Amino acid sequence: MKSIKKFDYYTLLEKITPLIAVVLALLVGAIVIILIGENPIDVYKLLFSHAIGNRDGWGNVLFRATPLIFTGLTVAFAFRCGLFNIGGEGQMYIGSFLATWVGFTFTNLPAFILIPLCILSAAAGGALWAAVPGILKAKTGVHEVIVTIMMNWIAASLTFFLVLKFKAPPTEEMIAAGVKQMIPHTSEIAEAARLPRLYTIFKFLNIDFPAYNQVNMSFLIAVGVAIFAYYILWKTNLGYEIRAVGYSPLAAEYGGISVAKNIVLAMVISGAFAGLVGTNEVMGYKYRWRPEIFTGLGFNGIAVALLGKNHPLGVVLAAILFGILNYGGAIVNIFTAGRIPRELIMILQAVIVIFVVISDEVVKRLIRQRRKIL
Amino acid sequence: MNTSNILKLSVNYRRRTDQLPEIALEMKDITKRFPLVVANDNVDFKVYKGEIHALVGENGAGKSTLMSILYGLYQADSGKIFVNGEKVNIANPNVAINLKIGMVHQHFMLVPPLTVTENIILGMEPKKNNIFIDMENATKRVEELSESMGFKIDPKAKIESISVGIQQRVEIIKVLYRGAEILVMDEPTAVLTPQEVEELFEILKSLKKQGKTIIFITHKLNEVKALSDRVTVMRRGKVVGVKDTKDTNQEEIASMMVGRKVIFDIEKKPHRPGKTTLKVEKLKALNNKGLPAVKDISFEIKEGEILGFAGVEGNGQTELVEVITGLRPASSGKIFLYDQDITNYSPRSIREDRIAHIPEDRRQRGIISNYTVAENLILGSHYRSPFNKGLALNFTAINNHANNLIKDFDIRPSDKDNFLKSLSGGNQQKVIVARELYGEPKLLIAAQPTRGLDVGSIEFVHQQILNERDKGKAILLISADLEEILSLSDRIAVIYEGEIVDILDPKKTDENEIGLLMTGSTTNKKLSKAR
Repeated sequence: MKSIKKFDYYTLLEKITPLIAVVLALLVGAIVIILIGENPIDVYKLLFSHAIGNRDGWGNVLFRATPLIFTGLTVAFAFRCGLFNIGGEGQMYIGSFLATWVGFTFTNLPAFILIPLCILSAAAGGALWAAVPGILKAKTGVHEVIVTIMMNWIAASLTFFLVLKFKAPPTEEMIAAGVKQMIPHTSEIAEAARLPRLYTIFKFLNIDFPAYNQVNMSFLIAVGVAIFAYYILWKTNLGYEIRAVGYSPLAAEYGGISVAKNIVLAMVISGAFAGLVGTNEVMGYKYRWRPEIFTGLGFNGIAVALLGKNHPLGVVLAAILFGILNYGGAIVNIFTAGRIPRELIMILQAVIVIFVVISDEVVKRLIRQRRKIL
Repeated sequence: MNTSNILKLSVNYRRRTDQLPEIALEMKDITKRFPLVVANDNVDFKVYKGEIHALVGENGAGKSTLMSILYGLYQADSGKIFVNGEKVNIANPNVAINLKIGMVHQHFMLVPPLTVTENIILGMEPKKNNIFIDMENATKRVEELSESMGFKIDPKAKIESISVGIQQRVEIIKVLYRGAEILVMDEPTAVLTPQEVEELFEILKSLKKQGKTIIFITHKLNEVKALSDRVTVMRRGKVVGVKDTKDTNQEEIASMMVGRKVIFDIEKKPHRPGKTTLKVEKLKALNNKGLPAVKDISFEIKEGEILGFAGVEGNGQTELVEVITGLRPASSGKIFLYDQDITNYSPRSIREDRIAHIPEDRRQRGIISNYTVAENLILGSHYRSPFNKGLALNFTAINNHANNLIKDFDIRPSDKDNFLKSLSGGNQQKVIVARELYGEPKLLIAAQPTRGLDVGSIEFVHQQILNERDKGKAILLISADLEEILSLSDRIAVIYEGEIVDILDPKKTDENEIGLLMTGSTTNKKLSKAR
């Protein structure tokens, strides 16, 4: 029985490695802050008190966490099938652009049709973009990393081209001043395509919450998608097959599971998650498509998935942590009058990822060593 | 009890030989703990100079740990080691080599593109003018060493071009070249054909004549009997007995190893073949490199019959099984299950036609080691009722199924939520057997079903296979273990280079005849590629 206890101790250790990594990263951040000449305790106090010390802070954190939940799930879901989908960036561009296009094209549809339609197009665009590397991998064995990277470039260029094609008409002020529309963004989506802010719910529930806070219904969609991903992976036949292919393609094939079919399916579902970023950035925030609101969200999803150990719950928690750091970092930057740069947050995120990888390996090695001779 | 046993034995030994046997090696009170297990628990191990000493025990009994401690790969938590009467501290393999202890590993440590000589001198190259390798001298020394053991070896041959049996000799010469007086052989016969085993035994006997001391790790008991002078039996980290080989027998050693009586003679009911279950006609298939691996194979298996395929591994057995189970396309030929043509059906539809498959590559094919016992037990039928209902998996059915099979097949530990990777090889195989036999297969394909298993598990798997036969199922058995083929099969097909050389009656043949056919000796083909 003694041995059972030991085993649990190591499994526990394996599960909490991200926590250790975060603590270590905060220590490294503290050193950086000291080098800058500030007091790390004050800075962290400032960061966390503003980010999670009040409802407004929480709202801002969740708003920033929402797209990362989508892109984190993108990476995590594909990873469960043994695929490294680093094309979240491109899938997100295409999916969100498609949703935007639907949003500013079918302007006369009522909200109860247009909102679901936009959400579905966001997912469909991402799914379509991910299907290409999926099919290529399944049919020809081309590695998905190469294809997804290339598809990212194609998506970036294609959407930029489309933005210019569907560029917003000049505003009245511009016309009055006689200048052309110079900002590369699309027209706004219809009112009926916009997601309400969470404020509306809080108001209904009589909870005090600032109306200007940008957190919107997309956060609920993200949480729903996380639950959906969990359900698919662990409760359904499809998830059983996807994970079997991820763990052991040979055993899956032996068990009558089509490896090719599951690779394509996993990529398609994974890409759909990435496309849904558009629900937050376009339908709930800017109401139009412009490239800079997306930049890097797809790639940050890789870090989020890593930190979340490729588990939907972990992804949600990791995305919230990144949300805290992003928002808190901005606050710290303002309150210290720029003495603590926002780049500190990037350092923290990078160090967290490095520590996660390291502690993961260390724990794995530890466990392997202990189990070696049984 | 252990110590008194050893004392008694050594007294016996003295009396018989009328002289004090010199002790080459003594390991005293060796204890080695790993967090999950005590691998060696106060182990006493004594080897006399010039003897062949067999060290036997089931997987996980602690043999390998003990030898790793001797060779300096692990440090014991407590205990002492004496070599030639002197207390030594073996901190690493270099110390062991300096003490003239040599180890021939189960998996050879050779560099395939280098020659025999280059491999042997690796790390101890003789120098000419302190700069250049003195190849001439090295070659001469290698030749001398091989001749002293009564065989010839081409010192200039590349490792990748010689057979496994010869590679093993290279390993032995390598150890001797480093001046070893005590040789540890870790399951040396696992990779050899019967003829090669014979030859290895001759070599070991001639080494013994030269005064070398040999420690021989095995779990094949007929080898203990054929080769060793004394035998030490380990079970669960402890020494449970030390015997003079001639004073004991296989049954006694086996029961010491397992801790209970083991039934050796497989009781087989008479062969009563029924209708033809599987018919293979002129089957051809390619291997992974695109070369012909199955060349025009035809055979039949009837209900209530075990057809055993004997052959050196890599002669098309793997590909044959994969083609029948739908995992590899047939390039031509037909496969019939009863009257239904199932050639090139998908693996799923072949499973649905109730062909069960115990795959040779247990770890890669047979199990998903990161899945639980329960999850593994539904692999292949996971998508069907009752395990999959409507949108979701039905965990009540899955768990009941798992608990039933765990009970019926005595899978240990008995928790359905354990990951397969935490189970022993024998229990992993039980999971596979349980899963495959569930659902009453018409045809069972068992490829290397007992490879790497211990005595108790082998007995269990054999019994299951025979039960299926007696229930009237057709069984295709593939094994590299001739003894297994001979004792289970009703007919034996010998396969060599993708062709069936002959189909034999096990009552009218023996290991020698099969062994010769397996290496192509009677088919006028050169023995060039014994692999």
